[in-house]
Amino acid sequence: MHDIIEAIDRWLARGERVAVATVVRTMGSSPRQVGAKMAVSSGGAMIGSVSGGCIEGAVFEACQEAIATGQTRLLHFGVADETAWEVGLACGGSVDVLVEPLR
Amino acid sequence: MSTFYELVREAVRSGRPLATITVLTDGPVGAKMALMPDGQTVGDLGDAELTSQAVQAALPLLVQGETQAMTLASGTTVFVESFVPPPTLFMVGGVHISIALAALAKVVGFRTVVIDAREAFATGERFAHVDELVIAWPDEALAGRLDARSSVAVLTHDPKLDDPALRVALRSPARYIGALGSPKTHARRLERLAAEGFTAEELARIHGPIGLPIGAKTPEEIALSILAQVVQVGRRGRTA
Repeated sequence: MHDIIEAIDRWLARGERVAVATVVRTMGSSPRQVGAKMAVSSGGAMIGSVSGGCIEGAVFEACQEAIATGQTRLLHFGVADETAWEVGLACGGSVDVLVEPLR
Repeated sequence: MSTFYELVREAVRSGRPLATITVLTDGPVGAKMALMPDGQTVGDLGDAELTSQAVQAALPLLVQGETQAMTLASGTTVFVESFVPPPTLFMVGGVHISIALAALAKVVGFRTVVIDAREAFATGERFAHVDELVIAWPDEALAGRLDARSSVAVLTHDPKLDDPALRVALRSPARYIGALGSPKTHARRLERLAAEGFTAEELARIHGPIGLPIGAKTPEEIALSILAQVVQVGRRGRTA
């Protein structure tokens, strides 16, 4: 958490905007536990993780969208579910990720 | 008013517990508020009844330092995120096992405190790696410091130090209490504490002989077995 806060403070000091993604639910096997976080800046910097790398790309895009729109969204990533993101978790589990502009 | 981010940052820096509550589904999605352990709140979820339900549900989670999504009676699902300092492992006895246990516990993510009244044992040289070294009688050092996320490992082998520590631990909400000693030593310890008025139910909170049965021989292996039990009780509860 300390490393994420340090990065966000750096981004804010540069005048960038920030979105944060948080794992809020996991089902079955998943590489990161509930509460795992990733933060993204409007300049494209990124810190932290919400999976073993399987969904970070899609979450990064969602964070950029949240910065642009100011909207909070709940994303679901799974293997069985066909999500609009067309990414899944190789481990067979599923996760819900909350993506919100920093407030 | 501070932003929620500023509140979280301050909580993480200061070690003062804080939870945020965010609506996930079936309500005002994204609405957010903050909650302190004394029930004080910052912001609300836009509806008095929803806010009240969320606070009631979140408070016990904050006290335990838990982070999870939960569905309220109203059908709204909220995400309760607790920002709390690392849980503390109190080791009573500046003994060889404590040297290893403090090192292992630190790696696993515990704050470590070693307590001993005997200055020859609790030296800064032996315990340079602990977060806090307290030279005092265990009952005095532990009084008022144990919360629901605390673990206590009593390791001196000396009833003059062990028993006062156990008395304080048993009257606290500590998550884990363990005491070193053979089955025979532990049975005598339980007899002494029972004679002081502790009930069988209260005494059942003490894990003794301490540690998971992994056949540990060296102080380092015993430390590993103790830490494994501390983690097990923390993750699975007492009946694990």
